[in-house]
Amino acid sequence: MSVSFCGLELAHPILNGSGTFDAIAANKAFADDLRDAFPFAAYVSKTITLEPRAGNPPPRLWEAAAGLINSIGLPNKGLQGYLAEDLPQLAGLTTVREPGAEPQTVPLITNVMGSTAHEFSALVEACETREEIAALELNVSCPNVKTGLDIGADPLQLEQLVRAVRPLTRKPLIIKLTPNTADVAACAQGAQEGGADAVSLINTLRAMSLTPVDPSGPAGGRAWLGGRTGGLSGPAIRAVALAQVAAVAARVAVPVIGMGGVQSGAHARELLDVGATLVAVGTESFRDPAAGARIARELGDPARGEAAPSEESAR
Amino acid sequence: MSRAPFARRLLTVAGVDRLGAYLVLRVEDPDGPQPEPGQFAMLAAEERWGGGEGERPYLPRAFSVARQRGGEAHFLLEDVGPGSRRLCELGTGERLWTLGPLGRGFTAPPSGRRAILVGGGVGIAPLAILQDRLQEEATVLLGFRDGARAEGAALLEQARVATDDGSRGHHGLVTDLLAQEVERDPLAVVYACGPAPMLEGVRAMCAASSVPAQLALEAGMACGFGACFGCVVPCRGGGYLRICVDGPVIDAAELDHVDAHAGAPA
Ligand SMILES: Cc1cc2nc3c(=O)[nH]c(=O)nc-3n(C[C@H](O)[C@H](O)[C@H](O)COP(=O)(O)OP(=O)(O)OC[C@H]3O[C@@H](n4cnc5c(N)ncnc54)[C@H](O)[C@@H]3O)c2cc1C
Ligand SMILES: Cc1cc2nc3c(=O)[nH]c(=O)nc-3n(C[C@H](O)[C@H](O)[C@H](O)COP(=O)(O)O)c2cc1C
Ligand code: FES
Repeated sequence: MSVSFCGLELAHPILNGSGTFDAIAANKAFADDLRDAFPFAAYVSKTITLEPRAGNPPPRLWEAAAGLINSIGLPNKGLQGYLAEDLPQLAGLTTVREPGAEPQTVPLITNVMGSTAHEFSALVEACETREEIAALELNVSCPNVKTGLDIGADPLQLEQLVRAVRPLTRKPLIIKLTPNTADVAACAQGAQEGGADAVSLINTLRAMSLTPVDPSGPAGGRAWLGGRTGGLSGPAIRAVALAQVAAVAARVAVPVIGMGGVQSGAHARELLDVGATLVAVGTESFRDPAAGARIARELGDPARGEAAPSEESAR
Repeated sequence: MSRAPFARRLLTVAGVDRLGAYLVLRVEDPDGPQPEPGQFAMLAAEERWGGGEGERPYLPRAFSVARQRGGEAHFLLEDVGPGSRRLCELGTGERLWTLGPLGRGFTAPPSGRRAILVGGGVGIAPLAILQDRLQEEATVLLGFRDGARAEGAALLEQARVATDDGSRGHHGLVTDLLAQEVERDPLAVVYACGPAPMLEGVRAMCAASSVPAQLALEAGMACGFGACFGCVVPCRGGGYLRICVDGPVIDAAELDHVDAHAGAPA
């Protein structure tokens, strides 16, 4: 089941979606030491920005039909805090593919976001100097201050951004595309032209919910989320993810990381079948923290289908 | 801090007891880690819960461990929406996924200092296991909306009750009772869980009389283990705390106010 991706050797094709698994917090919350039995084959950090961010005011969550709308607002310690405090704690994660097998290193992928090419450049240059970081993922879902559109929503603008940062790093450069665009395959192509080594998708779909006046009554007409709008994830977006991943994989030659609503090995298999090389798991980890390892198991052995509950609870 | 195994566990319902407007869900858990008072678990019924076809509930829901004894974990449930309703429907022998114990619980009072437990509505749950574990006798003050809910007071021993509608005990707020106690014993330590306005009342009163207070907060949670950053409350000095990993029990001194979304169902 091991797979190579942009020169990295991974124990299996399942990694986490950025911002959906805090390895440091999880290692404190659980009794098991996750550092040597990590559920994912690669670990993607949540989005890091140049300056620290507190994130959006609460409420930040809304459960939608078979999904979740979040307006977290990218809270993070800022580049310096991440490099100084978090990165040393994240280095040295390993995963075990099968019981008894040799532990395998979990490469660290750092996800960064800037609001200008200049900010992206500063982030990429700083990460380039750190050998703990195996690859970089650029989150281009940040709104352009002038147009209000996501930076990554325009193929030409995206190509220029990637072209500007490409020379600043030798590490694999992954572009996390925004799904909130007219033609995601054209954006993927723009990223490839600019020099991207891979693309990942889908990020959350822009969504909104209104305040309930009374749980059984009508909605109150005001935005519920502190950030007003948020992003939809989970099973609700799986069919959209499949269509977008298929369209992108058909258009570009670089490898594709597919994600969006994956809950099982069968769902991961669908994304691989339409051309993804790796599959990321996001919201499902909230329901089952060990989902990454379970989905990798199910993928390796489809006959086992959904994890047998007895087996999971026996762990 | 007692820590959860890194896996959901599928446990079986041992029984369900009615307690006025609430239910006590008893779950067989002979081998689970011993939770500390104030810790919680993420619960989801095995059947008819998410999985892609259903609408809501989809994510697991957070519930305080109300009690752990005789190989059973007890949870106090109030039907306030689709998730709590589904859990209320569970019968003996049915199964549910549990992840826990999670979060930071209460810290025992320094010896010789009296604990005052202040609960509101379904927020009385973590105070029951706290009362079980305290070495010395605590003062228990519980507030409820009405008489049916006030029957929940039987979860704790020797509780003084206040009701909004005057159907039982003091006609008014539980914080009225707390004011008398704090005045009588300024060396007491307060432990509180309940709706946000009650917690804010407790916080302000304790701050004004320099009485230490530990508040068990609640918020909408997606994960319960620090992964989503969704369950935050604003803290003193700016920024936010994640209730699931920095709490749910938070020292009142860390807050300027209790956020309107950070309490138990009213
Ligand atoms: C640490 C902790 C401990 C808790 N302990 C207990 C306990 O011991 N006993 C107990 O009964 N409860 C407890 N709760 C509260 C319990 O988790 C909630 O009542 C439960 O999650 C509600 O889910 P629901 O589906 O029943 O209702 P929902 O409809 O999900 O929630 C009811 C409230 O949430 C908001 N809401 C409504 N719709 C949505 C939506 N679509 N998405 C997000 N929010 C929405 C509204 O304010 C609504 O009034 C605890 C919570 C926490 C965080
Ligand atoms: C709570 C939450 C926080 C997220 N934070 C980030 C983030 O910081 N950076 C990012 O690129 N994507 C972020 N995402 C998007 C996910 O990485 C993923 O693209 C998306 O959720 C779709 O996958 P899923 O349906 O499996 O969750 C976040 C998603 C959620 C639900
Ligand atoms: S519930 Fe997800 S971080 Fe607290």
